[in-house]
Amino acid sequence: MSEDYKDNIEIQTQSSESISGGGSGATTDIDYVRPAEVGEQDLYHGHSFITKWIFCQDAKVIGVQYFLLATFTGIIGLILSWLMRLQLGFPELAGFMTAEHYYQFVTMHGMIMVVYFLTALFLGGFGNFLIPLMVGARDMVFPYLNMISFWMFFIAVGVLLASFFVPGGPTGAGWTLYPPQAIKEGTPGSGYGILLMCISLVLFVAGFTMGGLNYLITVLQARTRGMTLMRMPLTVWGIFTATILAMLAFPALLVGGLMLSLDKILGTSFFMPTILQAGEVLDYGGGSPILFQHLFWFFGHPEVYIVALPAFGIISDLISVHARKNIFGYRMMVWAIVAIGGLSFFVWAHHMYVSGMNPWFGFFFATTTLIIAVPTAMKVYNWILTLWRGNIRLNVVMLWCLGFIVTFVNGGITGIFLGNVTVDVPLSDTYFVIAHFHMVMGIAPLMVIMGAVYHWFPLVSGRFLDERLGKWHFWATFLGAYSIYFPMHYLGFIGVPRRYFEMYDSPYVTSAVGMNEFISMAAFLVGAAQFILIYNIIKTLKVGKPAGHNPWKANSLEWLTPSVPPEHGNWGDRLPVVHRWPYDYSVPGAKEDFITQTTPPSEVANTEVEKT
Amino acid sequence: MSNPKIEGYEFKPGFKGMSEDTGSDQTMFKGVHWGKAMMWIFLLSDTFIFSCFLISYMKGRGSTPVDWPNPSEVFALHVGGVPVPLLLIAIMTFVLITSSGTMALAVKYGYEKNRKMCGWLILATAVGGLTFVGMQAFEWSKLIHEGVRPWENPFGAKQFGSFFFMITGFHGTHVSIGVIFLSIYAYKTFAGHYDERKRGWFTSIKGDYVEIEILGLYWHFVDLVWVFIFAFFYLW
Repeated sequence: MSEDYKDNIEIQTQSSESISGGGSGATTDIDYVRPAEVGEQDLYHGHSFITKWIFCQDAKVIGVQYFLLATFTGIIGLILSWLMRLQLGFPELAGFMTAEHYYQFVTMHGMIMVVYFLTALFLGGFGNFLIPLMVGARDMVFPYLNMISFWMFFIAVGVLLASFFVPGGPTGAGWTLYPPQAIKEGTPGSGYGILLMCISLVLFVAGFTMGGLNYLITVLQARTRGMTLMRMPLTVWGIFTATILAMLAFPALLVGGLMLSLDKILGTSFFMPTILQAGEVLDYGGGSPILFQHLFWFFGHPEVYIVALPAFGIISDLISVHARKNIFGYRMMVWAIVAIGGLSFFVWAHHMYVSGMNPWFGFFFATTTLIIAVPTAMKVYNWILTLWRGNIRLNVVMLWCLGFIVTFVNGGITGIFLGNVTVDVPLSDTYFVIAHFHMVMGIAPLMVIMGAVYHWFPLVSGRFLDERLGKWHFWATFLGAYSIYFPMHYLGFIGVPRRYFEMYDSPYVTSAVGMNEFISMAAFLVGAAQFILIYNIIKTLKVGKPAGHNPWKANSLEWLTPSVPPEHGNWGDRLPVVHRWPYDYSVPGAKEDFITQTTPPSEVANTEVEKT
Repeated sequence: MSNPKIEGYEFKPGFKGMSEDTGSDQTMFKGVHWGKAMMWIFLLSDTFIFSCFLISYMKGRGSTPVDWPNPSEVFALHVGGVPVPLLLIAIMTFVLITSSGTMALAVKYGYEKNRKMCGWLILATAVGGLTFVGMQAFEWSKLIHEGVRPWENPFGAKQFGSFFFMITGFHGTHVSIGVIFLSIYAYKTFAGHYDERKRGWFTSIKGDYVEIEILGLYWHFVDLVWVFIFAFFYLW
């Protein structure tokens, strides 16, 4: 670092003597950034209420729309989980619930939370709001397509929720929708329910593709002057890589969904072997149910990282800002994200160890699965090393970050258990798996979302969320979530099977009953605690403390807009020019403890600033 | 194509140039239109869709217990009482590949601002696509007439009908969507929307001849996919 420091001073002395500018040739002006390649973006400005707030082409509004709709769907998922926990903990109070209801709630809770809540929220919500602001673009590159993307998502959610009201109700096949049982009589919702689910997923994929193309091209082709890929905040890297995964993984879901619907509607036998039903041979024959599992998990595993990678990116930025330190090993973090993304396409069959696959096949997938732990562990070390001797602000955002690291490590370690075939086979159908994936891809990303909400709410609305309510919200969620999922590991070890409506007269009843009651109580509390945030948001919008410009003293571009909240077009008359990465915090020698991305080198030449 | 001139940026050849473009600011693909980059990435995603279909087909065909029908018999046309295998499909493939040629010429004339030639060639491409879809409809009706259905097949494995109708149907949908857009673009070309840089009806983005190249990319892709479908269904 000290060598860079000397270089900087040298360059400065040179530049003060040299002539600035001088055409396209080499120049010694250290503030020089080459001119824009592409002309100004031609934006459609809405004039009426409808074009400004409903069919809006502004990525920020679309992001908020995505966020609100995903949250609404998520609350439905939350209520479903309450009902499930009521049945598991206090079956005598849940007399209105039949086994069919329970399976339907399991299915809808899973699908809603993974696809319609987390994916839509991270990519649709944060992606739309943050990508153009963070890379210094006026908007997404195809605003019209972006608008259609949201409304496709809206229709997909509508179709999904409509399945609650059709004869037979929503599908109860489990969120993996495995055939043959998903479309066979006797499974709840095997009529209209499964069909609407498939249609909704196809619509979601179509809508997402439109949004995803926007995110990718905006990152690749519409960055502002000076913004190289290696100067992008990790948030953008996370969302960008997750979008690539989604563009390549959703096709498998689309194909699986289409073929499943054809098996249902037309009676094709893609996934249906010869089957007896109530003593009668059905018309199906010759299909392969395992094929669906491969298609589903070729989507399903990258999907885990579609949720996790944006969370990794966002948490890196939050930790760096609130620990007032540069992110430890930025390039390592970027390559870890890319490596995890790449590897995620080669691990899918670890969800299928119990499908009767060849042991060598399982061996291969166990190996690739465990290799993913390497870049992931690197990221965890880097987060901790970023915190190490940082100037930590222990505010609500930081609490969520710390909560994330703890839950993520917790869920990650149980993932290493389950990645091994021999350990997975006995644990696969137990609550251990429930505990694992809720920790690692339920609670951990949720912590990130919460942290991100507290962090960026001042940008979206111009006001701070209430810290005191935020701390209540955090502690209730963090302790509550641990109370729910920690005991579930134990339930799994004693062999309590998942997806069971009730425990009947099984030997584990005595030890599991009390624990189930405890877990249910915690689940009710955690769910209720989320409404603190909603109350906080409503209250803040009315009487919150005004935030002003750059309230967290952050470096990245989204805080440097001329107006807060940013207007359509983001940047007023002139696009920002970027001179550095977004992590110059606490630079020795600098006047303040942050140097924004737009600060030219000549202003900070006497500091030990990193060369990026 | 030669590299566009970009002020303050020097293009380098080969791998070094690629890594420098990647490491530079603003754009990764220098001088590439946003829409064109988008179409390439969309096509990559679409490639995965067709790959999933075709891999499922291979798996389905490999694991079905009943024998697969002989394609040179099932798809044969009877000309004067003699079964000629692959006749119809040869013509279909020829028509589709030819339409790719006319599309490429349309792009060339578009960039030369030759409005008339460009418009006629787009129209020719659309006609080629329509002919292809028509012949496919003929083949479908012939098979349906012989008793092949998505759920049953008198010549062997049920999955033959299922996969054939699903995959050629999905491809045919792609061709049909292409024909619709080709017709719209032909109209816009003749009406001079690209010369006047008239704004799009929905997107309100200024028109440009690059749109024809973007549609061309899609069209070539649909042709390329057909080559694979052709190989997997008719030659295997």
